[in-house]
Amino acid sequence: MINKGSKVLLEVKNLKAEVAGVAGVAGAEILKGVDLTVRAGEVHAIMGINGSGKSTFSKVLAGHPDYTVTGGKATFEGKDLFSLAPEQRARAGIFLAFQYPVEIPGVSNSALLRLAYNTLQTERGLEELDPLEFDDLVQEKIKVVEMDPSFLGRSVNEGFSGGEKKRNEILQMAVLEPKLAILDETDSGLDIDALRIVAKGVKSLLSSDNAVVMVTHYQRLLNYIVPDYVHVMDGGRIVRTGGKELALELEARGYDWLRAAA
Amino acid sequence: MTLTREQCFEQLLLGKAVKSEGWLEQIRLEALEHAEAMNFPSARHDDWRFTDLSPLFLHGFHPVDSFARLTLSDIEKFLIPGAIRLVFIDGCYAAELSDLTQAGSGITVASLVECFGGGCSRDGRSGDHLVEENFGRHAPYKQDAFVALNTNFFEDGAWVSVASELAEPIHLLHVATRREVPSAIYPRCMVVMESSSRATVVEDYVGLDDGIYFSNAVTEVVLKEHAQLQHVRVQREEKNAFHVGHCSVESGRDSVYSAISVALGARLSRHTLHVTQQGEGAEMHLDGLALIAGRQIADTHTRIDHAVPRGKSVQLHKCIADGSAHAIFSGKIMVHAGAVGTDSVQSSRNLLLSDKARIDTQPQLEIFNDDVSCKHGATVGQIDADALFFLKSRGFSEERARNLLTHAFAAEIIDKIPVPSLVESLGRAILERISGACT
Ligand SMILES: Nc1ncnc2c1ncn2[C@@H]1O[C@H](COP(=O)(O)OP(=O)(O)O)[C@@H](O)[C@H]1O
Ligand SMILES: [Mg+2]
Repeated sequence: MINKGSKVLLEVKNLKAEVAGVAGVAGAEILKGVDLTVRAGEVHAIMGINGSGKSTFSKVLAGHPDYTVTGGKATFEGKDLFSLAPEQRARAGIFLAFQYPVEIPGVSNSALLRLAYNTLQTERGLEELDPLEFDDLVQEKIKVVEMDPSFLGRSVNEGFSGGEKKRNEILQMAVLEPKLAILDETDSGLDIDALRIVAKGVKSLLSSDNAVVMVTHYQRLLNYIVPDYVHVMDGGRIVRTGGKELALELEARGYDWLRAAA
Repeated sequence: MTLTREQCFEQLLLGKAVKSEGWLEQIRLEALEHAEAMNFPSARHDDWRFTDLSPLFLHGFHPVDSFARLTLSDIEKFLIPGAIRLVFIDGCYAAELSDLTQAGSGITVASLVECFGGGCSRDGRSGDHLVEENFGRHAPYKQDAFVALNTNFFEDGAWVSVASELAEPIHLLHVATRREVPSAIYPRCMVVMESSSRATVVEDYVGLDDGIYFSNAVTEVVLKEHAQLQHVRVQREEKNAFHVGHCSVESGRDSVYSAISVALGARLSRHTLHVTQQGEGAEMHLDGLALIAGRQIADTHTRIDHAVPRGKSVQLHKCIADGSAHAIFSGKIMVHAGAVGTDSVQSSRNLLLSDKARIDTQPQLEIFNDDVSCKHGATVGQIDADALFFLKSRGFSEERARNLLTHAFAAEIIDKIPVPSLVESLGRAILERISGACT
């Protein structure tokens, strides 16, 4: 929901980034000046063709070491984002749901969730939960993504289907309760039932204190979670920003008309 | 003091003569004769080319002449609740620390010295006969200098024979103590699994008080037809210790042998496991983990001989090396001409945690018939960068993320140990080790 008076969570200005370790190589720059402002309570969608820089933008915000920021700035609740290590950003309340979630054999889903949760609790000056207490909490949270409790005992994402992996990312979001969630193509590869579950899950986590940025190719997710802003990324820049009707227009007309304009 | 290879070996040959009677004395003397004609293997020896034994030669090792008295509280942290337990201190049996109350009918768990005197037959069968038939018949004291030394100098050891199905684990705890001079100790174990028997045996090598000692262990295992043994071996010696262990296994028809070997301790360790499939349809599972840091060296050599038809072997060995540690794995699988229908899978997976650490891995398959299905492979890698970033993006610090991933890599082996309290205590030991290594 747009409320111009609400708190600015993320402010990105003229952000430029390249692949780490290739400084000076022509064409290495992927992000070529991105601007984005996200306030508490807002839902943003970033759309764009493959290779336009959406995942890179998401990962740069989360602090991925593959990329070097070469220009511009970003603040999160007023703090300089790029002075924070990835784990500090997570503890500050930034969450990235990965386009390609990693498998971690040997680490159970429940242990991962509990350790991550307790790290944040400590950061927030709150009590850690022991495994029994945490189990009560997580049993509630898995309902959000309609996941079978047996998934908690399994190794993180190991042997999960594509859809189960995406649901697992949203389960992590549900447990960690971030202020800003960036969902990178969480809807890709989902069948219609899984899409509905994921969308419903995300929607139930939204409040006037947090915000979500959804990177997506498709209009269909936006039928479930209606965005306040739709941004189109192309060639490492946001070339157009509009309301939810922009997504419909993209669905109908494709991207070419925008690219020509840009 | 630095000795030459020869001097160090000679010092060991000066060990304390242990007297026995009859057939056993003959084996001891034969072993001594062979030992006297041998020396420590050099790097020219194919089975030792990656393993530098020179740290061993910094010390002269002396026989243990008087045995330390310990109480249960000294070894409490190593105990497995509910287990049948034999405790050996510096190679000598400690009856007062052992616990045989759970050993029911069809099970003999005793010290070898008791058995050699014919005194270990609990269930009316002739224990002595079984001992003579098996003891010393499997480990190669004529070929291997370490086995020869042990076979001559061992003071006492563990005897386990199982003729029934046993739920409680049998814990063979070998404790080394700190002594005034570096000591040589010779742990010894023999396990006989009678037809259709089932048991879990945990061989456990531990040290107290940071002593310098050389533990030279030999184990022999026999599985008769349809027997099933879960054989856990934990090497958690003190950090300045030296450990060389040899285990020979013979597996009978349709038996299932599962070995889970974990090496965490010692300045330098070597474990040789040789399994021979004696009966058709025998299954062998070999899992191993070496997790080392600092200047540790851990060498694991395994060999599986498929000698008869329809054998199955599945092996997974993992090495994790941090600091400037050096881990070695050599695993040979021999499929002999008559071993048709053999099914064998071997994999060696390794994790390097620092630039200065080194891992040498050598999986080897030698196949002498066409009717087999054999696969093997090896990987050496570092902590997965994507997994590391994922964990950081969930709030884990670099160190915690690394520890978690390292622990997870090790857990795949540790979790197979069918003794929950041991899984837990090893898990803790591993976490301490990896976080200790990071700081
Ligand atoms: N680590 C990397 N190394 C090299 N090229 C990269 C890397 N990450 C992204 N790129 C390139 O940057 C461009 C944008 O990629 P990406 O951000 O994944 O796009 P999107 O998510 O919009 O499909 C692509 O041309 C891609 O090949
Ligand atoms: Mg992408």
